[in-house]
Amino acid sequence: MEKFITLKDTVVPLDSENVDTDQIIPARFLKATDKAGFGDNLFRDWRYNKDGSENKDFVLNDPTYSGSILVAGNNFGCGSSREHAAWAIKGFGFKAVISSYFADIFKGNALNNGVLPVQVSPEFLQKIFVAVTKDPSEKIKIDLENQEVELTGSGEKEHFDIDPYKKTCLMNGYDDIDFLVSKLDVIRKFEKKHSGKDKKLEKTY
Amino acid sequence: MKKTLFDKIWDAHVVESIPNGPDILYIDKHLIHEVTSPQAFNELKEREIPVFRPDKIVATADHNTPTENQHLPVKDLLSRKQLKELSQNCEENNITLYGLGHPYNGIVHVMAPELGITQPGMTIVCGDSHTSTHGAFGTIAFGIGTSQVSQVFASQCLLVEKPKKLRVNVNGKLKKGVLPKDVILYIISQIGTNAGTGYFCEYAGNVFEEMSMEGRMTVCNMSIEMGARGGLIAPDETTFEYVKGKEFAPKGDEFDKQVAYWKTLKTDADAEFDKEFNFDAEDIEPMITYGTNPGMGIKITGAIPLEGGKSDAKALAYMGFKPGESLLNKPINWIFIGSCTNSRIEDFREAAKYIKGRQKAENVNALIVPGSRQVASQIKSEGLDKIFEDAGFKLRQPGCSACLAMNDDKIPEGEYCVSTSNRNFEGRQGQGSRTILASPLTAAATAVAGKLVDFTQNLN
Repeated sequence: MEKFITLKDTVVPLDSENVDTDQIIPARFLKATDKAGFGDNLFRDWRYNKDGSENKDFVLNDPTYSGSILVAGNNFGCGSSREHAAWAIKGFGFKAVISSYFADIFKGNALNNGVLPVQVSPEFLQKIFVAVTKDPSEKIKIDLENQEVELTGSGEKEHFDIDPYKKTCLMNGYDDIDFLVSKLDVIRKFEKKHSGKDKKLEKTY
Repeated sequence: MKKTLFDKIWDAHVVESIPNGPDILYIDKHLIHEVTSPQAFNELKEREIPVFRPDKIVATADHNTPTENQHLPVKDLLSRKQLKELSQNCEENNITLYGLGHPYNGIVHVMAPELGITQPGMTIVCGDSHTSTHGAFGTIAFGIGTSQVSQVFASQCLLVEKPKKLRVNVNGKLKKGVLPKDVILYIISQIGTNAGTGYFCEYAGNVFEEMSMEGRMTVCNMSIEMGARGGLIAPDETTFEYVKGKEFAPKGDEFDKQVAYWKTLKTDADAEFDKEFNFDAEDIEPMITYGTNPGMGIKITGAIPLEGGKSDAKALAYMGFKPGESLLNKPINWIFIGSCTNSRIEDFREAAKYIKGRQKAENVNALIVPGSRQVASQIKSEGLDKIFEDAGFKLRQPGCSACLAMNDDKIPEGEYCVSTSNRNFEGRQGQGSRTILASPLTAAATAVAGKLVDFTQNLN
């Protein structure tokens, strides 16, 4: 996994709330068996009209906005657990998503793919929307080490939370599999204790 | 310290707690299906890591399978390839697969409970957000992403932060015509689609205690629709009775021993929750949704709220509805009875009870899809198929079907579908489709009337 330390870039503002993973990547594109190519269908049904032409009103098709940071309304990534949503966001070129609230599973999926979900206060989110609408060249700086997100134009900053373990993983490019595989001996011991002595874990299947 | 039901199960599965970090949580049962597993198998293959505990994994094919002619090769080539990869991956890794055509095949959250694979006190995960269904048995069950599927393959464990605890209490007597689906739609309409984010939810109160296992599964299934990672209900005699005698349930003395343990799985009096909601059963009526998230729900006789945010206006435009509008008498051309929320035998009994002696309205296309092959045979053995047939309905073969429209079962653009599934997101049931979530009884009554009606007047 790629390391994430800091990111300073322009943003794409998606001012919608409750964006569900069915919108991020519709179910009909989930038939692939690898992780490549999902970026092409990111927000498919919002990006394209019924006749296949680009929907000019959708922000991803608006040449005013570009950058590797997606800013979205409250409760981003709700619904289906499909990690394809995180693959689509990453595949399109986004490295971070800023919102005032993320659904749990999406947040985990993003982190596991090196895409940083940055949760800010509703007020700060509003400030970002206002600033970038006013000046689309406004850059946002995300500093993972200090857990700060900054509007570089005004210098306004806000702290964001992240699980310390996940932060270490992102900053070093580690993933959970390496860690868990290093723990197999402890896991084996746990299994013995639980399936033998107190029968708390089933073993009938 | 006083513990909640959730604490008791969680704590019994913590292999190790990382200081300032997540817990290593042991997973008793890992359910997989064709859509969210292939990339996880590939990941392991590329890294040359073997599957650690293949005997704790059960696979089924459900998401993109056809609901007609299941004995023939799957027509859609991409679907066929995905199903083939599942078979190959299971074979190479010694994983039990109940594929298309197998008597145990079905929607993962329907077949596992009915086979006794789901048992109280377990931790269960699956690459599917509706894994919360299994919480009905007093299990910690939750949906995971594909990276986590590979983590469980590699270690039978997950790195997870312990969620906060939420309790929803519903007490009182449910009105006639109010089903478990109405109860959960009501709860979500009251607390919103992200009230549960970061939480695991326990459902408590006499309404859940008196509910069948099927009903409890419907409720727990939709926990994710209020943002909760999962929901659970303390196991009791209803649970033990359901599990008893199931194919993979413990038998004889072993069963009794397990029941003794299962009986300890309840929240201690005075245990603390981070958040709690209380509702009266009498306030609940048959529910429908009017928008594009499951929290946008009203009673069937109600009106769409006048005040809504910017996102609500977008949702109403998509649905073709207006603020303040009543949806009674709105013509409906499609109904779908199925999905991991409502495709168990009880759901078809409820629908059949209403349909018996009545006829499907001519304008209505109906998709009636059992959750598993076992449910399908039960429908036959109870003669419900005859009731559906006489009323003009055709039963399909099991699968996820029009809940997410990955197969051919799609609702056409612009059409309304009263659906017993769990999500009314834009395009969820097909591009441009408009979903109205409801109970199997509401769907049945809609099919008969050809429009949304206050059917409670027709109930005996």
